[in-house]
Formats: sequence, C-alpha cells, structure tokens
Amino acid sequence: MSVEAVTLAFGGVKALAGVGFDVKPGTITAVIGPNGAGKTSLFNTISGFYRPSQGAIRFRGEDITALPAPQRAKLGLARSFQNIALFRGMTVLDNIKLGRHAHLRTNVFDALGYFGRASREEAELRRDIEERIIDFLEIDHIRHASVATLPYGLQKRVEMARALAMQPKILMLDEPVAGMNREETEDMARFILDVRAEWGVTVLMVEHDMGMVMDLSDHVVVLNFGQVIARGTPAAVQNDPEVITAYLGAGDVGELRKKLRGGAVLEPNA
Amino acid sequence: MIDWAYLFEVSLTGIASGGLYALAGLAFVLVYKATRVVNLAIGEMLMVGAYLFFTFAALFALPIWLAIPLAVLGCGLLGALIERTMIRPLLGEPPISAFMVTVGLASILVGIVEIIWSADQRRLPEFLPSTPVMIGDAFIAPKVAWGAGVAVVLIGFVLVLFRYWRGGVALRATASDQGAAYAMGINVPRVFSIAWVASAMIAAVAGIIVGAIGGISSSMGVFGLSVLVVVMVGGLDSVLGALVAGLFIGWVEAVAGTFLGGEYKLLATFLVLVVVLMIRPYGLFGTHEIERL
Amino acid sequence: MRIGTLKESYVADAALFDSVTQKRMLAAGAALLVLFPFIANDYWLYLACLVAINIVSATGLNILTGYTGLVSLGQAAFMGLGAYTVAILETRLGTHFLINLWAGGAVAMLGGIIVGIPSLRVKGLYLAITTIAASFIAHFLFANFEFTGRTGGLSLPPARTFGIFLDTSFRLYWMIVPITVLMVIGAANLFRTRIGRAFIAIRDRDISAEVLGIPLLRYKLLSFAVSSFYAGVAGGLWAYFFRVVTPESFPLVMSIFFLAAIIVGGMGTILGGILGAIFMTMVPELLKLIFDILPGGREMTVFLSPVRTVVFGLLIVGFLVFEPLGLAEVWRRIRRFFHLWPFRN
Repeated sequence: MSVEAVTLAFGGVKALAGVGFDVKPGTITAVIGPNGAGKTSLFNTISGFYRPSQGAIRFRGEDITALPAPQRAKLGLARSFQNIALFRGMTVLDNIKLGRHAHLRTNVFDALGYFGRASREEAELRRDIEERIIDFLEIDHIRHASVATLPYGLQKRVEMARALAMQPKILMLDEPVAGMNREETEDMARFILDVRAEWGVTVLMVEHDMGMVMDLSDHVVVLNFGQVIARGTPAAVQNDPEVITAYLGAGDVGELRKKLRGGAVLEPNA
Repeated sequence: MIDWAYLFEVSLTGIASGGLYALAGLAFVLVYKATRVVNLAIGEMLMVGAYLFFTFAALFALPIWLAIPLAVLGCGLLGALIERTMIRPLLGEPPISAFMVTVGLASILVGIVEIIWSADQRRLPEFLPSTPVMIGDAFIAPKVAWGAGVAVVLIGFVLVLFRYWRGGVALRATASDQGAAYAMGINVPRVFSIAWVASAMIAAVAGIIVGAIGGISSSMGVFGLSVLVVVMVGGLDSVLGALVAGLFIGWVEAVAGTFLGGEYKLLATFLVLVVVLMIRPYGLFGTHEIERL
Repeated sequence: MRIGTLKESYVADAALFDSVTQKRMLAAGAALLVLFPFIANDYWLYLACLVAINIVSATGLNILTGYTGLVSLGQAAFMGLGAYTVAILETRLGTHFLINLWAGGAVAMLGGIIVGIPSLRVKGLYLAITTIAASFIAHFLFANFEFTGRTGGLSLPPARTFGIFLDTSFRLYWMIVPITVLMVIGAANLFRTRIGRAFIAIRDRDISAEVLGIPLLRYKLLSFAVSSFYAGVAGGLWAYFFRVVTPESFPLVMSIFFLAAIIVGGMGTILGGILGAIFMTMVPELLKLIFDILPGGREMTVFLSPVRTVVFGLLIVGFLVFEPLGLAEVWRRIRRFFHLWPFRN
C-alpha cells in the first residue's frame, strides 16, 4: 500500500499535511509520534472514514482514495480501533463473524428461510473461525460470552479476532497494546508476529510502546503535527535528531542522545 | 393587492402567539441543555400547570395573585418528582429510553387529568386586562398581547441568567459530560433537578397563558407537537433559537392560517421545518454533534 | 434442570432451540396452538387473532427499532398501507388473499424504503420526527383520494380460499396464526445470519460498522424494508379481520402502542416482540375485567378510558425504569433459575 502526499484538513486545521510513505507487503510497519500527531486521523483516512483534501492512497496498485469504506474492507483492509469498537449487543462469536460480513453472500431471502444457503454459509463460517481464529488467539473459552462482560485485555483480543475474520491483506492495528501489562503485551506481540508468519498479512500499526515498536517493526514512520518527520528502520529512526526533539522536547541533541545512551527507552513527551 | 395594514396586524398577532411557543420552547431547551433529554411531554406539563391554576383559582376560589404562584410551584414540584423517579434512573441508558419515558409520562398526565377533572373543556377565570391593545392602527387581542409580554420578559430573564450566572455554565457542563462535571465538583443530580423544576415552572406559566387564551382541555398537550417543531427549527439546545424560532413559527402559522386557510397551518410549519433542517440539520442555532470514530 | 446440552457439532450449537426441555416445550406449544380454536369461545378466538396480528407488527418494529436502532413512529402508517392495498385488491380484483397479503407487504415495503432514505443523514430524534411526518402524509393520502374511499374508507368482503369464506374468528384463526408463526420464525432466522448481525452492528456503532464492511445506507434501507413488509402484512391481516379500513384505523397512537409493546416485551429479542404484543393487547381486556369484578366498578366505566391511558403510560415508564430489558429478561431470569433447579446456586 502507498500513501501519497495525503492532506487532511478540518476547516483551517490540517490534521495531516503531505503525508506519504510506502508499506511493503509482508512487513510490519509502525506509525509513531506524540499525541495529536495525526496517527489515528491517518488510519481513519486510510479506512475511508475521512476523505483527504489532497493526495491519494493506493492499495495493491489500485487507487482507493475515492472508494467508500465498506468496499475497502472487501478489498482486504482490516483494522482494529484505538478505543475498542466491539458491538456490545452481541457475543464474542457474533462479533467475530461480523468481520467476515463483506465476504459472505447470504442475502435477505436466504436469511429469512435460513435452511439452505444461509445455514451452509454460517456453518462454513463457524468452522473456519473456530479453527483458524479462535484457536489461534486462544479465546475459545469466551466464545459465547457477551463482549460487555469481558476484561479489557480480552476485548482487545476479540477486536483482533474480528479484524482477522475480515480476511485481511493488510491489518491496521490502532494501539493494539494500549493499557496492557507486560505479559499481555508480550502475548499480543507474539500474536502479531504469528499473524504475519502464518497468514502472510501485512501489518500497519500505531503504537506508543517503544519497546514493542523497536522489537517488532521492519519499518517505522514518525509523524508530528500531521507531517512525516522521519522514516526508516527502527534503529535509524531512534537516532534521528528530529524524532528525539519531537519526543523529548527541544534542547541540545547531543545531551539528549547521551541521556538515551544511558539506557532509557524513548517515551512520548507528555 | 396586499393589504399591508392587515398583514401587519396578522403578523403582530402571529408573533405574539409565537412568544408563547418561544416560552414553551424555552422550557424544553432548558431540560435538553442540562440533561440531554428530549421531553415529549412538554405540552402535557403545560396542561398540568393550567389545570392547577384552574383548581386554585376557580375551584378553591383563591385570589389570582395567590393561585398563579401556587400553580407554578405545584408544577415545579411535579417537575422535581418526574426527574427523581423517571429521569434520573435512566442516566446511563441510551437516549431513546428517556425519550420513550416522556412519551409514557405524557400518557400518564393526560389520563390523570381526565380522571380528576374529566375530559371536558373548561374556561379559566379572567385575570388578564381586557383593554384592546393597539399598535398604531393594528389591533391585537389583549390576552395574546399580554401573554406575549410575559413570555418575552421571562425569556429575557433566563437568557441573562445563563450568561452571567455560573449556574448556567454548570448546566451546560453537565449536559456535555456528566463524569467530568462531577469531577469538577458540580452537584450533577442537583443541577438535573433544578433544570427540570425550572422547566416545569416555565411550562406552567405558558400553560396558564395558553389556557387563558383558548381554554383548557385534556388534549391541550397537542401544543407540544408545535413546540417540538419550534425547538427543532431553533436548535434543541439553544435558548436564543427557541425565541427566534418560536416567534418565526408563530408568525408563519398566523399568516398561513389567515391568507391560505386553516388547513395550511400545519403544512406551512412542516415546510419550514424541512427547509431549515436541510440547510442546517441541527437547527438554526443548534450545536453540531461531531462523531469520532 | 438443564443438563445434557453438550453439542457435538457447530451446527448443533447454532440451533434455535437446543435442549430437550426446550424442544418438548416447543412441541407442547405447537399442540396448544392447534387445539386452542377447538376449545376456546368466540371472545378468546377474537383476542387470539388480534394478538397474532399485533405480534407480526411488533416483530417488524422490533427488527427496525430494537435490532437496528432506528426509532420509528410510523409502524401504524405502514400497516395502513398494507391494509388499504389488501382492501383495494380484494374489492376490485378479488385476488386470492395470499397474493393480496404479499402485495400489501410489498407496498408497505416501498413506503418503508422511501421513509428510510433520509436515515443516513438524519438520526435519532430527527428520524423519529420524519416517521411521524410520514404518518401524517399517509393519513392525508388515505383521506383524500377516491380510490381509497376518502374519509369513509373501504369495507371488504371476507377472504376466500377453496370456496370457504373466512368470516368467523375460528376460520380467521387458521389464516392468521400460521402466517404469524412463519413470520416470527423468519425474523428469528434473520438474526442467525450476517444480515441480522449487520443490523445489530448498525445499532451499536454504525460508523465502525461501515469501516468493517457494512454499507450503511443499503442495510438501513433493508431494515426499513423488512420491517415495513411485516407491518404491511399485519395491516392486511387486520383488514381481513375487521373488514373495514378507514383513515382513522391507523393513528399515531397505534405506532406508539407498538413502540411501547417492544419496550415492555424487550427490544432486540424475538421473544420480546411476542411477549410485548401479547401483554399490551391483553392489558386493556384485563382492565375491563377488573372494572367488571370490582364492586361499584360498573358505575365507573367512564373512567375506563383514562385509566387505560394512565396504565399504558405507567407500563412504559415502569418497564423502562425497572426492567429496561423487558419481559424477555424476566423470562430469561426464570429460565436461569430452572437451569439449576432443584439445586440452588
């Protein structure tokens, strides 16, 4: 996928200005930046919730800038949300099944009658989800639970499951480990790596946990005030003076670098 | 050839009755601003105020200067009761619940009024001056004119209150984010109560005036539908909007009713609603609700 | 005691009725439905037919408002569309009642789709007002055209099938109840498939639903379409049952009645639509009974109407405050209790 010179303006405020970067298939790309840098706006633009005022988004060679959101989902653009967007009126299983919506073919008449195409499709879907997703994410014990009753960490996992059900070519994760403890973060990191390895899915994620970003990603894009201020491998970005300034504030870069060498992990500026 | 003098006269009457719409609209907006609840029973609360006044003034033969405040206070009490028993328990629920509760409330109020006072139409004792009011050559029915006067004074008072009293800010705070308002030390339940009590009292005043003009009956509540149109045109959470829209719709109804015919009143108001909502979907002065993903 | 519910296949897990007890109760219920008309008197048959018609309409409204979250106060207007269509077809063409009912549903469905078109931009309260406006427009149409009989309305001959006239409650029972059962099952099936899930997603978080692949306008219109189809069929059955259709037959208060029915029964559950319709239809009858039994009650019949109004309002408020999930939730609690009976907790 490639994002080309995307500009997103709300009235006079530019949430994104000339943002451009490439995402190579099969890689894990992280988008980082201080709060308010425009990361979620970027995701929303790629998903199709916002229309950029300038620029284009290409996916597997196709220009999808004008494509409505549901169609992007059908092409294989899956995502999870920063503040969990599970459907509280449904069980875990139903939420996951919903992910497959765009790829199913049951129409309303099949649905009313149920026996026949609808039941076959549902059975097929259920088997596929159970074997590939529920097993994979280890959530079989809660499959019939109502999502509203689940703890935060499990909800995030269900969100991931739903995104996987979308048969994604590219998986966009918005802060997948926000609010998780060390153990949960490691679990999630493992899942992400497994997803890439077993499913061949490209991953694009917004994340604040620098440890995770540095360990997992092949490529990092740094945003600040709606602009790309750096991109490259994790190591390169970590040493980029602009990035350090953005996160830790202005000051002597050499001094800051020395502080960093002391072993501190990059944390976003409060 | 348009008879300008006649148009002027009709317009004045329309604007004056629009003042009552504005007053009732104010009561509605007050509750919406503070609690985000769409009170469909506003017309029925108006009715209760009118009937209370009727009871005190006609049945108990109390003097007018006593009957009016009693009726208003009584209605205020009702507002507090409603808030406590029906609205507060639904705090976290989706907005349709509170909406439906007010629908249920409307039914309850109509039924109770019919049981206690029967469904017959009644007249209220006269208490407004009956000298005709003339503006230039134009004549306005005295009750309508005085009613409008009271309405304007009350609305002005509330507008000023909102501007300069910190309670106004508290009211707006609780509407947008209850949790944050609590954290700021605002006594949220008390704000809710105050909003409903004030709204009920204002509705009572409007009800007394409407009753004085056209008599009271158990179907008075249908006034509420016009009020709903007024607040939608003006903006659900805008006091100024209620005023402007109320006057405007009052004028539209009077002109349409006189020059086109009575059946066209409803059509005209609906048309205004549709046109306004197309240009400004949240009403003339309403705040746009932004949805975040 | 709920035991022996181990499922050995995914298909079994997805079944609507899954335990032996449930299947037994279902069979008993079906048997009761079949035997009922032979043991009940005319009054009860009349009530049963009325309840069935209300169940169809309430289920339709539940699909739109309970499951998809689109508040509608136009259910009565759509019923009116169906009723008038059936009346016109029956009086002018004399076509078979099944065809007429289908047509009634289809016309109402068209109306529903038209009303639903603004639903993408117009939400919540404003959509509800739009449906109210639709009610008024429908009333205007019914009252002002020659072929709908103007304010006098239309009266229609009884439905006919195989030469038998369906003009008694007994016979109408056999027309109405099977249709009701089929439509309720259809609705239940809807929510085992992606269509139903899409509806619920729209209710819970419509913006996210779109990003996940659900085209909002198409599905909102679909919800309106299905729901008003149900209303149209209910209206058609109503026409065959009462045999007179006038512009005042489907007032706004009827729409409020159905909204109250699904709130009391439980929004967003099929059982809720059924229980709510039964309950709300029976309550006025119950009140009449109480007034008859109570000493001095006969003289108070003038109070019957306002008391009914108050009780109606109290039911809505009461359920919303104390039992927002409706009678369906009460039923679920009873069931849960019996899952472990005779062992407690």
